[in-house]
Amino acid sequence: MAQMNLLQAINNALDIAMAENDSTLCFGEDVGHFGGVFRATSGLQEKYGKARCFNTPLVEQGIIGFANGLAAQGSRPVAEIQFADYIFPAFDQIVNESAKFRYRSGNEFNVGQLTIRTPYGGGIAGGLYHSQSPEAYFAHTPGLKLVVPRNPYQAKGLLLASIRDDNPVVFFEPKRLYRASVGEVPEEDYQLPLGKAEVMQQGSDITLLAWGAQLEIVEKAAELAANDGISCEIIDLRTILPWDVETVANSVLKTGRLVISQEAPLTAGFASEIAATVQSECFLHLESPIARVCGMDTPYPLALEKEYVADHLKIYEAIKQSVNY
Amino acid sequence: MNTEIYKESPVVHQPAFIDGHSVEIPILKILQQDGSVYDGAELPEIDQDHAVKIYKALAFHRVLDERMVAAQRQGRISFYMAALGEEAASVGGAAGLKPQDMIMAQYREQGALIYRGFSLEDFMNQMFSNEKDLGKGRQMPIHYGSNELNYMTISSPLGTQIPQASGYAYGQKLQGKDAVTICYFGEGAASEGDFHAGLNMAAVHQAPVIFFCRNNGYAISTPSDEQYVGNGIASRGVGYGIKTIRIDGNDILAVVKAVQFAREYALKENKPMIIEAMSYRLGAHSTSDDPSGYRTREEEAKWQAHDPILRMKNWMLAQSWWDEEQETALFESLREQVLAAVKVAEKIDKPPVEDLVTDVYDQVPAHLQAQLDSLKTHIKKYPDSYPFTAGRIK
Repeated sequence: MAQMNLLQAINNALDIAMAENDSTLCFGEDVGHFGGVFRATSGLQEKYGKARCFNTPLVEQGIIGFANGLAAQGSRPVAEIQFADYIFPAFDQIVNESAKFRYRSGNEFNVGQLTIRTPYGGGIAGGLYHSQSPEAYFAHTPGLKLVVPRNPYQAKGLLLASIRDDNPVVFFEPKRLYRASVGEVPEEDYQLPLGKAEVMQQGSDITLLAWGAQLEIVEKAAELAANDGISCEIIDLRTILPWDVETVANSVLKTGRLVISQEAPLTAGFASEIAATVQSECFLHLESPIARVCGMDTPYPLALEKEYVADHLKIYEAIKQSVNY
Repeated sequence: MNTEIYKESPVVHQPAFIDGHSVEIPILKILQQDGSVYDGAELPEIDQDHAVKIYKALAFHRVLDERMVAAQRQGRISFYMAALGEEAASVGGAAGLKPQDMIMAQYREQGALIYRGFSLEDFMNQMFSNEKDLGKGRQMPIHYGSNELNYMTISSPLGTQIPQASGYAYGQKLQGKDAVTICYFGEGAASEGDFHAGLNMAAVHQAPVIFFCRNNGYAISTPSDEQYVGNGIASRGVGYGIKTIRIDGNDILAVVKAVQFAREYALKENKPMIIEAMSYRLGAHSTSDDPSGYRTREEEAKWQAHDPILRMKNWMLAQSWWDEEQETALFESLREQVLAAVKVAEKIDKPPVEDLVTDVYDQVPAHLQAQLDSLKTHIKKYPDSYPFTAGRIK
């Protein structure tokens, strides 16, 4: 197995997807010869030509509108939005078009072959407009799948599954980990299932749930808790929509406690949805209130980032409060 | 890289601004209202059979509109959008294309679907949201779509089909298809960001798409002089580097000619084209609208004199391709057919309750299945409150 960072794993997945299917296309702002501002598409234009890997004008609604048309036509577009902060100009095309294409036409037409890749999240001193985690906006939209990998192995397997899935997928890439996260990644083709959470660590006292880059923080908190003799079960949700209620609920039935952590602000984040569902599934088994450790309800700051974020100490405190409730 | 694009520009040393209307855009007219052809006008490729087919589609359209507006007034359907006075734009557009070309329309282009052969039953099933509707009763009336006829299902949000058409056409080009995409929209939709996004994407990526603007003077109640101050929509095409033509949208021969040319050019050159068809929306925006609140009878009367269907009829009569007897028989027969079809469609069942959760994803996921099961249990408990579905739940 090769050592790859998260970007190389994504690049490798795109290479495999483009090699296997002539109608797979990669495009977005600066995606062509330059390989994207993070270099996720490096080398693809040289290999597959300018018709299949190209720069677009700076117009997010155009990129996703164009991708919707390509997908409806039968091509397999993988469109990049350079930062998830800039996905909002394309919001209408994603929420009103991609998500509803199949339903509104009675399956006369669909854009199931569409994948949207976008780097999300903070921790890179990016301030308000290069740090957002907008998954909850899309989680409110039936018809989309939302996927977030946490490391290079996940990124490759989940991206290949997303590209091949017959539903429009928004694939959020944790940009803080692009180069920071390195690991063993098989060079051959493989897929990880969508809609399935992964139990990363077994435990008996409390369940910790997160997705994407936040899992690294959660693992740190779990180590601190372990020193106190608290046994944490850690779950990576991996797919936010449709999400794996069963795996999460089974874990909470076992531990009786749940802490959910997300980078995004607290109010109406996806953690809130999970908390509501788990209290309904596990009500009589809960030993303490479900806790949410999230970003604050402010825009993502620059100078006070460390104070703002849901760091490992805040999660550690929530674990202790839950266990000592 | 072409960074020296401006090297041929004349250099001046005093500020000299260019007026927004300085580009003169001619308007193509072939057919006069009395049915005669302008001197020197070049006709599209059209023979008697083709002309009769086009004329029958126009007549079908007018009768359908007239009867369905009445059906809405009687409370039989919830909503309708007629195209009175601008039928030539959509019917002529489809008549200039090949069946394999994709049509991505706004909402007032059922004429193109009529021309393609969408049956009267298909129209009725959609408007009555019954279980035979291809769209499974999910969208408001007039949101037609047909995969078989290459007519993309209509979406209510305005202008969203424009960048999609660019992408669709780009895919056709890459796969070497003998097909283009036509994208219809109104002059109001041309104010949306999607219009600018779509034109720029098509121009830069060389997509064989025909942008067809129906400039009918009004976006609901907003007249075009409150919509834009530039030289119509055609001037935008010039700005994006797209080959552009303005035509008389009530002149069916001009429409067919422009679309035939655009199709050939788009396919051969792999480039987009824009056609701005000047017309007038003689009817209301929809059955929920009342144009007497924002325009005069005199204004409408002026445009009634430019009726595109009458103009084509006059031409057909002059060619001896049509006569008054055929005319009377056609309209009588269409009126009877439409009335009969209404009666059939309104008696067909609503879609089954399972159709609520299908097609959200390729397969019904667990959470939707659970929601459906729970709904069925509820309906069984209160069957009288859910008369369309209660008796059909197994």
